[in-house]
Amino acid sequence: MTLDMPAIERCVGSAVARMKAEPGPLLEILHSVQNELGCVPPESVPLIADALNLSRAEVHGVVSFYHHFRGQPAGQHTIKLCRAEACQAMNGDALAAFARQRLGLEFGETRSDGKVTLEAVYCLGNCACAPSAMIDGHLRGRLDAQALTALADDWGVPE
Amino acid sequence: MSARAMVTVFVPGDAGAVSLGADDVASALARECRRREWPIRVVRNGSRGLYWLEPLVEVRTPAGRVAYGPVRATDIPALLDAGLLDGGPHALRLGDIENHEWLRSQQRVTAARIGVVDPNDIDDYIAHGGYAGLNKALAMPPREIVRTVTDSGLRGRGGAAFPTGIKWQTVLDQETAQKYIACNADEGDSGTFADRMLMEGDPFALIEGMTIAGLAVGATQGYIYLRVEYPHAARALARALHVARERGYLGRNLRDSGRDFDIAVRLGAGAYICGEETSMLESLEGRRGEVRVRPPLPAIKGLFGQPTVVNNVVTLATVPAILARGAEFYRDLGFDKSRGTVLLQLAGNVKRGGLVERAFGLTVSQLVHDYGGGTASGRPVRAVQVGGPLGAYLPPSAFDTALDYESLAARSALLGHAGVVVFDDTVDMARMARFALEFCAIESCGKCTPCRVGSTRGVELVDRILANRGAGNGELALLEELCDTMANGSLCGLGGLTPFPVRSALKHFPEDFFSGARVPLSSAAEAAASVKMS
Repeated sequence: MTLDMPAIERCVGSAVARMKAEPGPLLEILHSVQNELGCVPPESVPLIADALNLSRAEVHGVVSFYHHFRGQPAGQHTIKLCRAEACQAMNGDALAAFARQRLGLEFGETRSDGKVTLEAVYCLGNCACAPSAMIDGHLRGRLDAQALTALADDWGVPE
Repeated sequence: MSARAMVTVFVPGDAGAVSLGADDVASALARECRRREWPIRVVRNGSRGLYWLEPLVEVRTPAGRVAYGPVRATDIPALLDAGLLDGGPHALRLGDIENHEWLRSQQRVTAARIGVVDPNDIDDYIAHGGYAGLNKALAMPPREIVRTVTDSGLRGRGGAAFPTGIKWQTVLDQETAQKYIACNADEGDSGTFADRMLMEGDPFALIEGMTIAGLAVGATQGYIYLRVEYPHAARALARALHVARERGYLGRNLRDSGRDFDIAVRLGAGAYICGEETSMLESLEGRRGEVRVRPPLPAIKGLFGQPTVVNNVVTLATVPAILARGAEFYRDLGFDKSRGTVLLQLAGNVKRGGLVERAFGLTVSQLVHDYGGGTASGRPVRAVQVGGPLGAYLPPSAFDTALDYESLAARSALLGHAGVVVFDDTVDMARMARFALEFCAIESCGKCTPCRVGSTRGVELVDRILANRGAGNGELALLEELCDTMANGSLCGLGGLTPFPVRSALKHFPEDFFSGARVPLSSAAEAAASVKMS
């Protein structure tokens, strides 16, 4: 997906118009932009700064502080694998190693064919059903290598 | 054949149950019943908290609710053939789940309605005792509401354990036009999910609790700071807030009382530190979640500079029951300075994980062995971590410790948000100590040097200790000193408490640091990769 400037301007404009009257609206605006565009593109930062009467540095500082916001769109599919203690207790390290190997990715990376993004998260609140992952927005519990293999095959990720 | 009567079937919409296929079960059930022309009403309730039995399906029969679990979508045709809708016999039939020993032995107060009621239905909430607390509060002067909460002995269940009533009194005493109620729903501790279960399974309890807090201190606006990792809870809250507003339980002149109170949900963005109250306030104001210096306390100068009650979800959702049933009822549960009930969350490598709400006093052993049934892997339990990533690791020799504030403090541990994560004997405690420091480095807001820099130096130190395998004691002394600096030189609990898991791992499991380690750190990734994956 390529993001053109008019699309970014439209998206920022509508998010700002919707949220500007609210107190402390920056995070809400960033969520809105990322929901619509799949990321918070660097080009949107000066537009948001301008609209809220903030410096670019302030907006960039907020975007970069939070793990959830991303500068580029993710791949077609996203796996957010939990790396916290409860999932580690259920063989989470081995599962993480398997995911990296099968998807050909380190955490935080997107495949060059754009098929998958692999991210680490710390706790999805599903700790009694570990290990867990959020896969394309759907929570999965008691995840194992078999399930990950099936997904990778489904998505056409070459071995 | 005569037309069948409508049957109500409960299939949890709880994120945990959904993560195990509850949505598929609900669709299969609807599809198969449509095909058979058997009229059913599917209620997406919360989870009862017996996660090893999820998806747990319940059918309402004339003789009461009958449970089946764990149910897979492919089980549905056979279950219907066996008379599921009449509570008929089947291998998965559990009977009345409230008679299950795991649930029957609990004392559910805050979690009493989770899994029982329809979280979308305010009338169901009211039929199960909901809004009785608010009705009482509406007839009480603010000072009385605060006193009831103070007398109940309720302390903040988010982890800090500050007496709730005293915090409320401070906010009440401030004379300003605008005050806020800020609910901390940034439940980031690994091993915890009680906030999520409450918001998904009984959202009106949180809404009612916040409304009572608003009446008590004179606040007209509440915010729920919800972590972005909880989309199911976000949807449940949005639905419940809409209904509460529509029915006059929120908004202007609520319940014709002449009082105003409304609630907005604000999403976090994946920062563990925002579970710290001042960092959460910064984030709510749309800034980087950097910790604030206290004083001033948020109760005096909090959100947007105004007096603010900051409470955790469990704390606020407990308030309606205290108002409805009285301070004595709650205070008489528990003992000493740990009054009322605690929502213990049992997780990790455990056979029967889930939510256990009981009066304070249960020991680690009772929780892990009696409720948990030992590890899921079948191997011996080697350690538990109590209280999230900043909590101490305890060895089995300390499992007689009661899970309350003072007993844990006496063991250099803390209750935190009451999550207990179980590890079997394959765990490498040096790795866990290293992870605690690594996690601190990833999540540090950067404000305090001991936390921002010390965490990374700590990871390096643990690596050096492991490389030397006990050769140099200099590193150990240095790690000890670093822990001291972090504990005493950080503004908040992230840097301040990270030494808990590190020191407890060192103290109770020194063999993992010094003699030949179970899994050498350098080759941990390779070892993990070589684990046979079938």
